[in-house]
Amino acid sequence: MPWGEFKDTAAERRLFQRRAVVMLVIVFLLMAGLIARMYQLQVVEHDIYTTLSDKNRVQVQSVPPPRGLVYDRNQVLLAENRPVFSVTVVPERVGGMDATLEQLVRILDVSEEDLERFQRRLREPRRPFQEIPLRYDLTEDEIARLAVHRHELPGVEVEAELVRYYPHSELTAHALGFVGRINRDELQRIDPTNYAGTNYIGKSGVERFYEGLLHGKVGYQHVETNARGRTLRVLERENPVPGEDLKLHIDLRLQNRAHELLDGRRGAIVAIEPATGGILALASVPGFDANKFVTGISVPDYRELSESKDKPLFNRALRGQYPPGSTLKPMLAIAALDSGAVTRDHTIWDPGHFQINSAGRRWRDWKRGGHGWVDLTYAMAQSCDVYFYEAAVEMGVDTMVNYLAHFGFGEDATLDVSGALSGLLPSPDWKRATRNEPWYPGDTVNLGIGQGFMLSTPLQLATATALIANRGEWVEPRLLKDILGDRAPDEFLPEETHEPLKLKDPSNWEFIADAMAEVMHGVKGTARGAARGASYRMAGKTGTAQVFSLAEDEEYDAEEVRERLRDHALFVGFAPLENPQIAVAVIVENGGGGSSTAAPVARALFDAWLLEFSATGDGALVSKTDVENEAR
Amino acid sequence: MATREVFSSTASNPLGRPRGLWSALHLDPILLFLLLALVSAGLFVLYSGADRNLDVVKAQGLRFGVAFMVMLVFAQLDPSVFRRWAPWLYGLGLLGLIAVLFVGVGAKGAQRWLALPGLPRFQPSEFMKLAVPMMAAWYLSRHFLPPRLSRIGMGLAIVLLPMVLIVKQPDLGTSLLVGMAGLFVVFFAGMSWKLISAFFVMVSVAAPVMWFFGMRDYQKQRVLTLLDPQSDPLGAGWNIIQSKTAIGSGGFDGKGWLQGTQSHLEFLPESHTDFIVAVLAEEFGFIGVLVLLSVYFLIILRCLFIAATAQDSFSRLVAGALTMTFFIYVFVNVGMVSGLLPVVGVPLPLVSYGGTSTVTLMAAFGILMSIHTHRRMITA
Repeated sequence: MPWGEFKDTAAERRLFQRRAVVMLVIVFLLMAGLIARMYQLQVVEHDIYTTLSDKNRVQVQSVPPPRGLVYDRNQVLLAENRPVFSVTVVPERVGGMDATLEQLVRILDVSEEDLERFQRRLREPRRPFQEIPLRYDLTEDEIARLAVHRHELPGVEVEAELVRYYPHSELTAHALGFVGRINRDELQRIDPTNYAGTNYIGKSGVERFYEGLLHGKVGYQHVETNARGRTLRVLERENPVPGEDLKLHIDLRLQNRAHELLDGRRGAIVAIEPATGGILALASVPGFDANKFVTGISVPDYRELSESKDKPLFNRALRGQYPPGSTLKPMLAIAALDSGAVTRDHTIWDPGHFQINSAGRRWRDWKRGGHGWVDLTYAMAQSCDVYFYEAAVEMGVDTMVNYLAHFGFGEDATLDVSGALSGLLPSPDWKRATRNEPWYPGDTVNLGIGQGFMLSTPLQLATATALIANRGEWVEPRLLKDILGDRAPDEFLPEETHEPLKLKDPSNWEFIADAMAEVMHGVKGTARGAARGASYRMAGKTGTAQVFSLAEDEEYDAEEVRERLRDHALFVGFAPLENPQIAVAVIVENGGGGSSTAAPVARALFDAWLLEFSATGDGALVSKTDVENEAR
Repeated sequence: MATREVFSSTASNPLGRPRGLWSALHLDPILLFLLLALVSAGLFVLYSGADRNLDVVKAQGLRFGVAFMVMLVFAQLDPSVFRRWAPWLYGLGLLGLIAVLFVGVGAKGAQRWLALPGLPRFQPSEFMKLAVPMMAAWYLSRHFLPPRLSRIGMGLAIVLLPMVLIVKQPDLGTSLLVGMAGLFVVFFAGMSWKLISAFFVMVSVAAPVMWFFGMRDYQKQRVLTLLDPQSDPLGAGWNIIQSKTAIGSGGFDGKGWLQGTQSHLEFLPESHTDFIVAVLAEEFGFIGVLVLLSVYFLIILRCLFIAATAQDSFSRLVAGALTMTFFIYVFVNVGMVSGLLPVVGVPLPLVSYGGTSTVTLMAAFGILMSIHTHRRMITA
């Protein structure tokens, strides 16, 4: 049908024309609005914008916030910021980039690596007039040389920036972690605006976990510069919000003492305050100088650290996964008592070995001839293996695993310890899933003395020991003690998730604590030598973990091989017995016996904490020099 | 009614209609003159905005040459051709949009281009800026105007379907422009004021409800930054602060051609694309802005006149909607550069460098010229 034939075309035309007039009015009004806006900008506010533009060039600069400081529990500085000078280039202002770089290379010591990084940054998208750093950490001499040539180098600036510095680095590297340059992956994660002026980010430890708190909020300023790019004055400034200062539970004196006690032997010490879960000391030896990582470690330095067979970069306290050996016996004794597998007075005959059935394999006790008649207290004091073999079979693997899980084994139970590993709590399900093998009764027997597949970190052992010291009250280990502002630390610590471990007969806690005291003070106690002459009572358990094999490709001379095949010495304990102030786990790699090597270390640590440092107490101020002398 | 008198008298006045050679070429000399004036002035500004890069100006000139050819071709076609093709073009465009979602190419996480073998790459969403108003006009003009409620609903559905497909690319800006083009058709067709008010009430009720119940915190934050770029002076706010500085420092009569400091010292980003009006404002001042906006206003005035004097409803609706879309470009771009509106990537039509939209815009002007120059002998 022909278009519009049956329609009232005249009416439709009139309708359209009315609408068109309405639209024309709207267009006119909106256009007038635009013109009014332009009039406002160009005539009314012209002077303001002229100041901003005509005579001077206005820039928005980001002002990075100073990173929060980190203190130990006595207000001793563990991480601070110091000014470092670097040379930067503003590409928009240099005469010729190649010539400028050439001259800079002549004046300064610029490595290939620096140049490569610079060229990469140059190609990446950025705001106009944003400077690109070429080299960091200039010496006084280099700054002077640059100053001489400054007039020939437009667009080249020397800038001071605050860079992290760890005054006690060798001591605190593993506990604190460190910051480093923001890398490509981190660049994807962070808020580009808030990090606009920031070059560093927490890479590990406290620095990483509390990055959000320590970093602060970026500020910015509008500055006038002259035609050559020199800043003339600041027009408007929004100050950055500095990062929060943190106070840790760590006591630098105890941390230092732990390092001294390990005396260069490979190993780790973790000390926890049972009442709060606060980590008092977290030592992993050997340590390293974290300051080297902050501005970028040189390749040979890094190779030396990473290829050292002592593995100084490896955090043994959090990530070293060792068989716990006999140090697991106090936790297993709790499990055996509470599950009813044994009673306090249950006595066995130890002939020096254990068999599941009379024809089967023999599991040997560490004491060749056996301990004879043994009850639970004696089994703890003497670390009798056969007693625990029997108890393990009586309990069964599921019961044992259930109780050990309550002690925090097989999980990372920490609140704010970045990078802590969870060890390995073996179970039939785990074995089937990972090894495609059934769980043999022998595996249960091995687990009974903390050997076999079971692995735990020193931090986990200390946590489990603190649980006994607390008589079942859970306190998750944590580093953050306080935030030195008006914000509460609870705001930033993750939720505590663990339920207290309730025993059917709560007095069994006291019984096991007494059995652990027997290890230290009993006539037959394995660590009685370490506790000799103590003015307070302590609880402990020694352990010795077998080192099974060396990797095939590792080459050592015979003497070394023998040294590195020796057992690891372990010790867990707390003191004083009645009102525990400190719980520790000590491991000395290839240290031999736990009683001879690890227990004396723990005793010395107890003495230091309870007798030597107690006078200054919690939260008291110590002068910085005192502690530094202490730390030397 | 006064308005009716005005339009009726001009409609019967042969002055508005091209004669002689213009009529043979199917061009409207008034509109053509205004467009040429805008484009050539724009090239001068572009030369400055692109920091005296003659290659940029040449490339833009070449693009305009092609676009003018497209306009000439469209002007030769009879409006009835557009009407007959409208549903097919619309269907083709929908297929293209669906294809883009599956096999499209693009950058920055958005798929907008379709690269068919043997054809130049093109954006189906750009094509829909013409096809959607044509389809809506075809549908609504088949029946009596003003349309019944159900027809308005159908018309809105015609607009909404491609909008949803374009949002999925994702390209919110183009989706809104396509939607506006369609909505203008419905408005011009005579959607009652009651319905229009109801529509606005609905939107103003839905917006706060969405805000409080439908959006997550990070989405709210994004909207807030969009509305107030000053709160983020290092990021999104940078462009606006710099462009306002450029505009404001231009003053009443400007710093003179090629004398703008903001743009030439590279403070002003995108100085030859989306933010080119800031270059003009800095160098030619308030006077320059006044002249530019006047040229735009005259173009819109002429186009609305063409629409009002068109012979059938389809032509009127298409011409009206295309004109208003053109205006939206101008308003959103200038409003954004002067800090009145949030920053969305809309170019200044026929002045900004590049932009596939140039060809689309000139095609739209071709359609307008076709409507104006193809008259049937019968009078309404």
